[in-house]
Amino acid sequence: MELLEKLTILSDAAKYDAACTSSGARRGPRKGFIGNTASAPAGCCHTFSADGRCVTLLKVLLTNCCVYDCKYCVNRRSGDSRRAMFSPEELAELTIGFYRRNYIEGLFLSSGVFRSPDYTTELMIQALRILREKYRFNGYIHAKAIPGTSAELVEQLGLLADRLSVNIELPSEEGLRTLAPDKTKTAILSPMRQIQTRRAENREELVKYRHAPKFAPAGQSTQLIVGATQDSDEQILRLTQGLYDHYQLKRVFYSAYVPVVENALLPAKGTSPPLLREHRLYQADWLLRFYGFRAEELLDSKNPNFNPQIDPKCNWALSHLDFFPVEVNRADGETLLRVPGIGVTSMRRILSARRFGALRIEQLQRLGVVMKRAQYFLSASGKMAPGICISPDGLLRNLIASERAPLPEQETLQLSLFDPAEAAL
Amino acid sequence: MNEILYFYDGSFEGFLCCIFESYAKHEIPIAVNGDGDYALSVFPCRTIETDFRHAQRVYRKVAAMSPCAADFLRRGFLTCLPDRELLLYRMVVRLLRDGPSFFNNLTDEMLCPLRKAVRQLDGEAHLLRGFVRFSELSGVLGAEIQPKNRVLPHLRADYCARYSNEKFFIYDRTHHEALFYADGRAVIAPLGSFRMAPPDSEEAGYRLLWKRFYDTISIRERYNPKCRMTQMPKRYWSTMTEFQDAGAFTAESSPGASPAPFSPGGRPAPGIPSGSEPSAPASGP
Repeated sequence: MELLEKLTILSDAAKYDAACTSSGARRGPRKGFIGNTASAPAGCCHTFSADGRCVTLLKVLLTNCCVYDCKYCVNRRSGDSRRAMFSPEELAELTIGFYRRNYIEGLFLSSGVFRSPDYTTELMIQALRILREKYRFNGYIHAKAIPGTSAELVEQLGLLADRLSVNIELPSEEGLRTLAPDKTKTAILSPMRQIQTRRAENREELVKYRHAPKFAPAGQSTQLIVGATQDSDEQILRLTQGLYDHYQLKRVFYSAYVPVVENALLPAKGTSPPLLREHRLYQADWLLRFYGFRAEELLDSKNPNFNPQIDPKCNWALSHLDFFPVEVNRADGETLLRVPGIGVTSMRRILSARRFGALRIEQLQRLGVVMKRAQYFLSASGKMAPGICISPDGLLRNLIASERAPLPEQETLQLSLFDPAEAAL
Repeated sequence: MNEILYFYDGSFEGFLCCIFESYAKHEIPIAVNGDGDYALSVFPCRTIETDFRHAQRVYRKVAAMSPCAADFLRRGFLTCLPDRELLLYRMVVRLLRDGPSFFNNLTDEMLCPLRKAVRQLDGEAHLLRGFVRFSELSGVLGAEIQPKNRVLPHLRADYCARYSNEKFFIYDRTHHEALFYADGRAVIAPLGSFRMAPPDSEEAGYRLLWKRFYDTISIRERYNPKCRMTQMPKRYWSTMTEFQDAGAFTAESSPGASPAPFSPGGRPAPGIPSGSEPSAPASGP
C-alpha cells in the first residue's frame, strides 16, 4: 500500500482523539539532533483544521487493526473500515520529513491493539526508538499507553516520549461495561498510577543526578468522551477533579461524541455532536486548573448539568451574588480570579498596575479585563461602572445577551402555524 | 527649541541617531520618517546620517536607565504602528526626564498604543512559529512569510535552535528582507525580490502528504470555518502549503523551466553575510 493511502487511513482513524498539544516539555536544542521543545513551552499550533482545532502534532495510529470491540470506536474489530499499518521505519521518516518542513511540532502516536497490548506497545517503542536514535529527533512525542500493557514496556515508552496518555474514554464503570467490554477500570487506571509514581521517582532522581534520563517530562493526560453515555456533567467534572488531585494529570481532554457507528446503546447516527456541552466542560476544566475552583462548587446534585446559556464562571457568580462586588484596589489574586471577565493575565496586570496608583473602572478595559461581564461584579474605590443596576434576573439576561453571538449554534426549530393543528386532527 | 522633520535610513541605529540629534541640536521632531517617503512639508526637514557611536550612546543610556525600556524600544521599532518612531521618541524623552517608573504603570495613556503594538508583534511572531512552511530545495530549507510586523529578529533564535544542523532561509515578502542560517551563523539581510523555485518530486510528495493529512484530520461533523479563521487569520494562508492550489503539488517537469531569479540551481548560499550592514534592528546579540 502506498504511503499516501496509509497516511489517509491512519490519520482518519486517529482524528477523534482530542489531545493535540505540545506543551509542558522544556528540552533545549542538542548538538547533532534536530528540533527542541523549549522554544514554545506553552505549545505551538502549526495549523488549524477546518473544524477549528489546533494541529500541532502528526496525529496518526500505528495501525488501525484492533482486537477490541468497543462499540463507540471507528476502529473496532467488527467494523468494516479499511485497515493499514505503518512500518516503524516509514513512520519515523515521515515524521522527520514533516518536522523539517515545519509542518508539525512532533509526533502523536496512538494505535489500535494489534494482537495484544504488549505487542503493539513494542512496535510503538520500536518506531520511537528509530526516530530518537537513528534520526536524532529531539522534538515532541506524545505516546498512548494502551491499557493492559506490562509495566516494563510503559517504562520504556515513557523514556522515549515527552507525554504519555491513557484514555479513559467512558466516564463511568457502567458505560465501560456496556460499551467497551474488553476494557476494565483497573486496566486503565493501573498504567496511570504507574506513570504517576514513576514521574515522582524521576523527579527525585533528577535532583540527585542531573543527567538521569527523563521519564515523560511533559506528564500525562487523558480523554473522556462526552455524550456517548448518560453521564451528567457533574459526574464528568468530579472524575476530572479526582484525576487532577490523585493522579497529577496535566490535562483532561473532552471529546464530543460523533456518532460513527449505528448501535442501539449509542446516540443515533446523524445526531450532531454535543459541542456546546464540550465547550462548557473545557471552560470548567480551566476553572479547576487555573482559577482555584473545585468541582463541588460548580455543580452539585441539584444542578448536575451546566447551564448551556452562560459559562460556568458566570453561573457560579450568579448563585453567589453576596460575594460581589469585588473591590479591584483591595482584593487579593484569588478573589479577583473569581470575577467573570478577569483571567489570570488580567489579574496579574491588576495586581501590578494598582501598585502604581488606585485604579478606576474605565482603566480596567485597558488592562485586558472583559468589561461586558466584569462590570456587574467589580467596584473600584467603592464605585461601580455608571448605570449598572443589579437584579439577579436582569443580570442573567444581560450576561446571556453578551455571549450569544460567538457560541456554536443551537439546534433551531422552525415554528409552524399548522403543526399543532395537524396534530389535533 | 525648533520643530523639525527628520529623515533617516530606516534602520534601528538610524532611528537612535535621530534621538541623539534632537538632543544635540535642541530640536523637537514633529515626525521621524524612515521609509524614504519624502513628503513636502511646511516644516524644515533634515536627513540624519547614521553614526554607530551615537546610536550606541543613546541605546546604552536607555538600557542603563531601564533594561526593560531598552527591550521595549527595540521591539516597538519592529512593529507596524504607523507613527511608531515618534511615539518611541516621546517615550525616550519621557524616560530621560522622569525616570523609568512610568513603565510600571500599565494604564499609562502614552504607552498604551505602543504596548498594544508590541503585543501584536509578539502574537504574530508566536503564530509564525507554527505557520512558516519550509520547502527543501537541494538540501536547503526555504520559506516565505508575509507578516505585518518585522518578525524575523523574533523568529531567529527559535528557528536556529530548531534547525541547528540545517541550512535555511526565511524570506519576508512585506519588508523585503531574509533570515539566512548556516553552520551556526544567522544573518538578517535585505533582499529585493525573491521567488521560490518549483518543488522537486520529493518535495512535492511531502507537500501532498501534508495536504492530505490536513484534509483528513478535520472532523466533518464539527466543521467550523469561523473558528479556524479566528485562530488562523486568512492573511497567513497565502504562504501555507495546505492552502496552495494544485500547482504547488506537482513536481517541476523540466529543470530550469521557471525563470526564478533565486532558484536553488544557483544556490543562494545561505548564511553568507551580505555586506556587514546591520540593517535589521535588533540584530545585535
